Amino acid sequence: MMRLLFLVCSLCLSFSASAHKPSDSYLTLRVAGETVTGQWDIALRDLDFALGLDANGDAQITWGEVRAKQNEIAAYALSRLSLAAAGQACPARVTEYLIDDHTDGAYVVMRFTAACPAPVQTLQARYALFFDIDPQHKGLLRLEYSGQSVTGIFSPEKATQEFSLSRPNKLRQFFDYGHEGVWHIWIGFDHILFLLALLLPAVVLRQNEKWQAVAAFKPAFWQVFKIVTAFTVAHSITLSLATLGVVSLPSRWVEATIAASVVIAALNNVFPLFRERRWMMAFAFGLIHGFGFASVLRDLGLPQDALVLALVGFNLGVEAGQLAIVAAFLPVAYALRQSWFYQRLILLGGSILIAAVASVWLVERAFDLKLMPF
Amino acid sequence: MLLRFNLFLALAWLIAHSAYAAPYLPASDAQVLERLPFKANDPVARELAQLRAALQRNPRDDVVAVALGRRYYELVAAEGDPRYIGYAQAALAPWWELPAPPLEVLVLRASLRQFRHDFSGALADLNQALTRDPHHPRARSLRAIIHIVQARYAEAGSDCLALRDVANELIALGCESMVQGLTGHAAQAYAALSQMQAQHPEAARDERLWVLTRLAEMAQRLGRLDAAEAHFKQALALDITDTFLLAAYADYLLDQGRASEVVALLKDKTRSDTLLLRLVFAEHALKLPTAKTSATTLADRFHAAQLRGDTVHQQEEARFALHVQHDAKKSLALALENWKVQLEPRDARIVLEAALAAKDQAAAKPVLRWLAESSIEDATLRRLAEQLKALP
Repeated sequence: MMRLLFLVCSLCLSFSASAHKPSDSYLTLRVAGETVTGQWDIALRDLDFALGLDANGDAQITWGEVRAKQNEIAAYALSRLSLAAAGQACPARVTEYLIDDHTDGAYVVMRFTAACPAPVQTLQARYALFFDIDPQHKGLLRLEYSGQSVTGIFSPEKATQEFSLSRPNKLRQFFDYGHEGVWHIWIGFDHILFLLALLLPAVVLRQNEKWQAVAAFKPAFWQVFKIVTAFTVAHSITLSLATLGVVSLPSRWVEATIAASVVIAALNNVFPLFRERRWMMAFAFGLIHGFGFASVLRDLGLPQDALVLALVGFNLGVEAGQLAIVAAFLPVAYALRQSWFYQRLILLGGSILIAAVASVWLVERAFDLKLMPF
Repeated sequence: MLLRFNLFLALAWLIAHSAYAAPYLPASDAQVLERLPFKANDPVARELAQLRAALQRNPRDDVVAVALGRRYYELVAAEGDPRYIGYAQAALAPWWELPAPPLEVLVLRASLRQFRHDFSGALADLNQALTRDPHHPRARSLRAIIHIVQARYAEAGSDCLALRDVANELIALGCESMVQGLTGHAAQAYAALSQMQAQHPEAARDERLWVLTRLAEMAQRLGRLDAAEAHFKQALALDITDTFLLAAYADYLLDQGRASEVVALLKDKTRSDTLLLRLVFAEHALKLPTAKTSATTLADRFHAAQLRGDTVHQQEEARFALHVQHDAKKSLALALENWKVQLEPRDARIVLEAALAAKDQAAAKPVLRWLAESSIEDATLRRLAEQLKALP
């Protein structure tokens, strides 16, 4: 009977695809100088199998049960992870225990610091967690250094790995950040719309409550030049200050104010508030847009040893992207400036549309809602 | 570009590993963080603990090691947790790398290998096992199934035939009818297996579950939907939790446009990716507010599997890519990759559907060839193939 039961089971089993996820741990290491700070997420299910966390045997693991064993957990895990630099061990010490919920259950989150004898050039890591009790277990590594990150997978076959923390090529890094800057202005609709709202009236003049086309290209060009320069100078100032950590503002407030700036700039074309002093508005709100750029740059990851390089590269990228938009806009606007199409539809209609879109952003950002897909 | 690529990887990593929230400090010691499958005094837990203790005393005792490994292997079906595959492998550690381990170790190693989709490794072990003992029922049945999954119907047929001598006639006939059902003799195979099933009311519950599921599949492919429904309901009434049965029934219901029944069937079974996929389809069809969250959870799990380098989910992922993410190209690539290792009707179907959506008749050639060569009777596959051939 037993034989048959196994027989049937082997017939069925080969069909049932794996249901949950196999066992993984998530290890993040950040290297700065001789210090490695780490975060290690390990599934409670796995720790229970290895150490027996469920003290009262009720098939539930409580925070109290985890806390009671936390030193044991740290000793067990850290004895199965060795970090070394230039052949010398970097002993690790746990600084914090937290919990996180992953897609397949709760994980203990261990934060730790490891001190290496000298600044780390090459990091050797040997990972052996759970390999003796579950050879299918894998350790998923993310290693961060100098604003770069690499990923790796530890398995019983690849338990020891070495990572050389090559200093990135400076020129390459500079262009990478420049590229990110261009990309950000290109996908940052709020910045584009702000700029457009300010530039739309550059080829016309308001006289007696009516728009008149400018007579020559030169005044239009200088208008645009003043606005773009003011915006650039202003956002460069705050981008630098925020990136260097001199000033910081809450990001929701910054994002909401950026949306408000777009509304005001667009409405100014419908109900003139600032008249022809749009460059002042560009400067004032440019200061806020700079904080927005800074948060993007921060999310990209900042190399501590090449902060200025990243900052300048990113900023120049933003300017290049911005200039490309202006270069595409100005000739077309100048050519169409006398038409009804431009004065009524593009300038007036476009401004109203921009104001409407930005108002929705404003509400979204101020109240943390999601109303539009972009 | 390098930075962007790294950013992409980092982002994928973040998505996969920080499902929704940031790490937190639980509010109180009493807060329950995780539920385990067994209480300490559960008979299964006690049995496992005893076996583990015995193995710890003598890790080279192959009888105990195989007993423990098999127990874990059975738990995968019941609990749906692939961790047990790793635990079973650990029990076999002293023999895992040996070219010729003891016979029972060899057969269990083959079972574990096929579960990880290492079909060639599993076949090598089974060939060796059957050379050493041609009457080994588990080795024989497992090899038959692998041949069926990989569309080697002649080899599968002879293994099923050999089962007559070593297993009971219901199982042997079930095996044969699976092959016949895929090679142009579905009606006779279905009739013979139904008759045999009726003659064996004494069959064990898990045997009946297996036979009823096969009957339901055959009836469904033959277009006898009422009969298929009846078989599914009989199988469900056995009250054995079986991921495969639930997935097959859910697929049947989805094909009938009965999504709300799928939600009722699976809403508490979301720990299984296979079942969560069907639930996502049903919730999407019904435009339920939960659809988005479920889809995000499933996408996160696929990401996590990708990070560890797993490919066992490709068929499911292909269906998800096509029907939820509406990415026909990605779906087709995944479905074709899956078709290299698994060649069953459900694997064929997603290739055809994805190729149809991507308007890429050429890509589906391997499946169209299989359809022609196997002369399988499957109304859905035939219809999809016709639509594909009709593409300009």
